[in-house]
Amino acid sequence: MFKLWSTILKDIRILTRDKLGLIFMFVMPIVLAVVITAVQNSTFEMLNTNTVPMIICNRDTGEAGKQLETAIYKVGMFRIQTVAANEKDEVISGRMHAKDAVIAIIIPSDFSSKIKLKANETAQKALKNFGMQSVDNIKVDSSAIQPITLLYHPVLQETFRRSIQGALRSALQVVQNKEILRSLYFNLNERAMPDSMEKDLMAGQVLINEIPVSRSGSRNIPNASQHNVPAWTVFAMFFIVISLGGSVVREKINGSFVRLKTLPTNYLVSLLSKQLTYLFVTVMQAAVVFSLGIWLFPSMGLPRLNMPDIAGVVVVTLICGWCAVSYAIMIGVFAKTQEQSNGIGAVSIVLMAAVGGLLVPSFAMPQSFQFVMKLSPLHWCLEAYYGLFLEGGKLKDVLLNILPLLGITLAVQLITLYGLKRKISFE
Amino acid sequence: MSNAAVRIVNLAFTYPRQTAACFSNLNLEVQQGERFGLFGPNGAGKTTLMNCMTGLLNYQQGSIQLLGNEITHHKKSINKLFGFVPQDFSFYQELSPAENLSFFGAWSGLQKSEIKNKTTELLEILGLTDVRNKKVQEFSGGMKRRVNLAIGVIHNPQILFLDEPTVGVDVHSRHAIINYLKKLNENGTTLIYTSHQLSEAEELCNKVALIDDGKIMAHDTLQQLMLDHKEDGLEGLFINLTGKSFRDS
Repeated sequence: MFKLWSTILKDIRILTRDKLGLIFMFVMPIVLAVVITAVQNSTFEMLNTNTVPMIICNRDTGEAGKQLETAIYKVGMFRIQTVAANEKDEVISGRMHAKDAVIAIIIPSDFSSKIKLKANETAQKALKNFGMQSVDNIKVDSSAIQPITLLYHPVLQETFRRSIQGALRSALQVVQNKEILRSLYFNLNERAMPDSMEKDLMAGQVLINEIPVSRSGSRNIPNASQHNVPAWTVFAMFFIVISLGGSVVREKINGSFVRLKTLPTNYLVSLLSKQLTYLFVTVMQAAVVFSLGIWLFPSMGLPRLNMPDIAGVVVVTLICGWCAVSYAIMIGVFAKTQEQSNGIGAVSIVLMAAVGGLLVPSFAMPQSFQFVMKLSPLHWCLEAYYGLFLEGGKLKDVLLNILPLLGITLAVQLITLYGLKRKISFE
Repeated sequence: MSNAAVRIVNLAFTYPRQTAACFSNLNLEVQQGERFGLFGPNGAGKTTLMNCMTGLLNYQQGSIQLLGNEITHHKKSINKLFGFVPQDFSFYQELSPAENLSFFGAWSGLQKSEIKNKTTELLEILGLTDVRNKKVQEFSGGMKRRVNLAIGVIHNPQILFLDEPTVGVDVHSRHAIINYLKKLNENGTTLIYTSHQLSEAEELCNKVALIDDGKIMAHDTLQQLMLDHKEDGLEGLFINLTGKSFRDS
């Protein structure tokens, strides 16, 4: 026990004297969690608080064009700037290049008349289907309807663009439906539909009740902090490879390892000491980042991190930390130089984070990556944390995520022992 | 009953993935209390032999006994019997001499109080008391060599292996190290030493062996070897037995 304690003391001394390493281990997860949460939170707010800058050029002089403008405004996603109807397309593009707006809509000059014609045609078809005769007999050539032009800035990501497109389609649908209703009413009653009825018919929309599926039964909608804080804590835990892997390599190449092999103590004591010391570091990393999420984030205007089942968080943190430490030691044992350890360690962690679902949600991962994803320890760490933080689960609910993680950890330990045995025998 | 500190019989060793053997049928005996010097040109096999004797390399055939204990059979238990001072600085540069001695003392099987006493004694003898709490990375080469030596002897080993213990140090440090080694030997520690400093070896060693190409070319007291080969110094004897060609490849 005295040998182990002396070794832990040695490791703590070396660790605390590596100021740059400490900064890297503790400042990096904080910066990552704050920056990514803030960015994701602002994206979320951008979509919900009228902050997507949009230019509307309404070249239509009719009512439908105005209605479309109003419907787009009511969507609530956009900060609208209108430009004159005779503004040239090049001028609009120029304003977008100047980042005045990331999206622009040009409503064609015949929008109202063509919408009206299309609505009448639809109404006629409906009436004919009911065996009734319509007032007019109109045939519209669909290809003759000029499309609405949607210009977007190339910086807009695919998902973001699709969500804007969905919002615009829904606004367009409102205008089209209104015209169809008016046409039907006119054909049936031979007079215009009263405003009150139009309002009644258009307002009767089915509401969507959003409920997050939570194991705890809580209906709190997970915020950006619940997503990002655990994810980037796991990333930082594994990035301990830079400090720990480097420490193992330094010990090997500076000759200490050779001397330790000639002493009457098993090298496993040194491995155990490193595991305990750095496991404490990973737990401290998690404690610091979670504490910031709870107490500091609200004062920074970020959503507060809601802590789930504490026992679950402690166990998952310990196992994730152990896995991260084991991985770092394995890299250190096999690397021949510190540069190798840092390079291989950093790149492999980023790759495992990418395939593990940290950068892209695991459900969106291509089928061919599903198997590889399951080999990434970061995937299981993330799934276990998400089970607690997002799904409101307890320890028993994430056991199926913890077991594969333990399996990977034990495999990594065995590979490390094999590598070490080879080095002790042959070097 | 043999009085051998080290007894090597029919030793054969080949590095993994190499075909040429480093040693085959090598025999050597170092008696307890000797100050034994192992010399040879670069690549002759000195360090490999020392690594086999300290258990750092597993040999394929033959036997190496330290004080009657076969090294491969009970490796860890007999590691208490010897100390090793490698050529490289084999300690933690981020720690102070006292912290290094505290850690390596524990790994050598000493208790806390023994470590404390021995640390004070060694730092005093080797002139490191004033810098006992400074980080070793701030030390000169000579001071680092003394720390390297102190760690190797903290547990009062019966045999001390030294691989170039004075390389790159100034006269004062060399003087302190050589004097301390002689004092250790007077107290019963067997010294097994390699160096390129032949004049230093003449001063320290009472028995020498010359090794070349994995074979022991000569092994006797320094005086007897010089008499046999009609040389008046170790350098002449060395050239006489190993030739004048470079051995860098």
